[in-house]
Amino acid sequence: MRVEVEDLVLRYGDVTALDGMSFSLEGGKIYGLLGRNGSGKTSLMSVLAAFRKQTAGRVSVGGRPVFENGEAVRDIALIRDTGEAVTIGTAEDALYFAEWLRPSWDSEYAESLMELFKLPRKKNVKEMSKGQRSAMGVVVGLASRAPLTMFDESYLGMDAPSRQAFYDALLADYIAHPRTIILSTHLIEEVSGLFEEVVIIHEGKVLVHEESEALLSRGVSVTGQAAHVDTFTAGLRVLGERQLGPTKSAMVYGELDAARRRKAVEAGLELGPINMQDLFIHLTGGSS
Amino acid sequence: MFDDRSPIYRQIADRIKAEILSEALKADEQVMSTNQYAAFYRINPATAAKAFQHLVDEGVLYKKRGIGMFVSPDARDMLRARRRETFFAEMVDPMIAEAKAIGIPLRDVVTRIEELGGDT
Repeated sequence: MRVEVEDLVLRYGDVTALDGMSFSLEGGKIYGLLGRNGSGKTSLMSVLAAFRKQTAGRVSVGGRPVFENGEAVRDIALIRDTGEAVTIGTAEDALYFAEWLRPSWDSEYAESLMELFKLPRKKNVKEMSKGQRSAMGVVVGLASRAPLTMFDESYLGMDAPSRQAFYDALLADYIAHPRTIILSTHLIEEVSGLFEEVVIIHEGKVLVHEESEALLSRGVSVTGQAAHVDTFTAGLRVLGERQLGPTKSAMVYGELDAARRRKAVEAGLELGPINMQDLFIHLTGGSS
Repeated sequence: MFDDRSPIYRQIADRIKAEILSEALKADEQVMSTNQYAAFYRINPATAAKAFQHLVDEGVLYKKRGIGMFVSPDARDMLRARRRETFFAEMVDPMIAEAKAIGIPLRDVVTRIEELGGDT
């Protein structure tokens, strides 16, 4: 389901959360939405899900504006970390409500997910542990099969094995029922393999929107004798450097052609990949 | 040969090439689907598909529309030939450089090779 965001502005009082953001997602893919705390991820998803009305700019999902548009909103599921969408009575009640709300709900699938995460059906969602509540959110989010499904840190309360189970379930269900999925996360290394495209937002604007593989191919670490590293990286965009005695490692951002690569090897430098988390950290201003 | 495509691409491609070299995968045999690879490595199916596309472009695999990916009949010969081309540069030269760096006489290396190589 196509997502278009144009000059989007969202202000809360005198705080500007989204500052003229524009991008478009073709749809049918798994998108990673990355940003530091306060960068505007949650604000953006709240507007996309019509939880909030934008201050200015346009948002359309599947070609339709979303705010106060019941038809459009039925196709959009946003699961937040707090799991507030599911804190309606017992787990059973939450599933019943979701089934009523979602035309594409798959109750058999919901049952199998309840078993996968070992969730008690009769328990009041508000009395569940944080991990169970997160898992409830994941069950509702996946079984909704909404054409646009967004998970905003929904799995933060889940332990590592449950998160792994979530990633596996998400991938399997996406393969079986392709749809547009947006995942926002701080656990970048855990999830980055699932992304087909990545949108990095920073201070209310889009900083990077690229295919994950293209983004990863732009990051190269150059390691070797400090002087040789400096000569090699002169004129290139260096995101960060670390030094250990005479050895230096620089993170370079940009395409390196074959000639440059040969040069590096001839100078005894080692070239290596940079993972998405490191790229993210350095593209958004380093670890300060 | 330097390659900075994502490590996951390399893992998939290397695994398939190794299976072809060891004949775990034989000529014209079907390989697992991109979706199966995606699930196994926990990666996006589009990424897995790209890895396969590279292998198709290299001539290691071929596609049968609607059915899947298969090992090219000459994939093993081609991979062996390619490995032979880079064998000295990638395996022997670094070994000799290492032997020199740590002070192992080349004669010892040769003796070892002859011992292990037997009568070939």
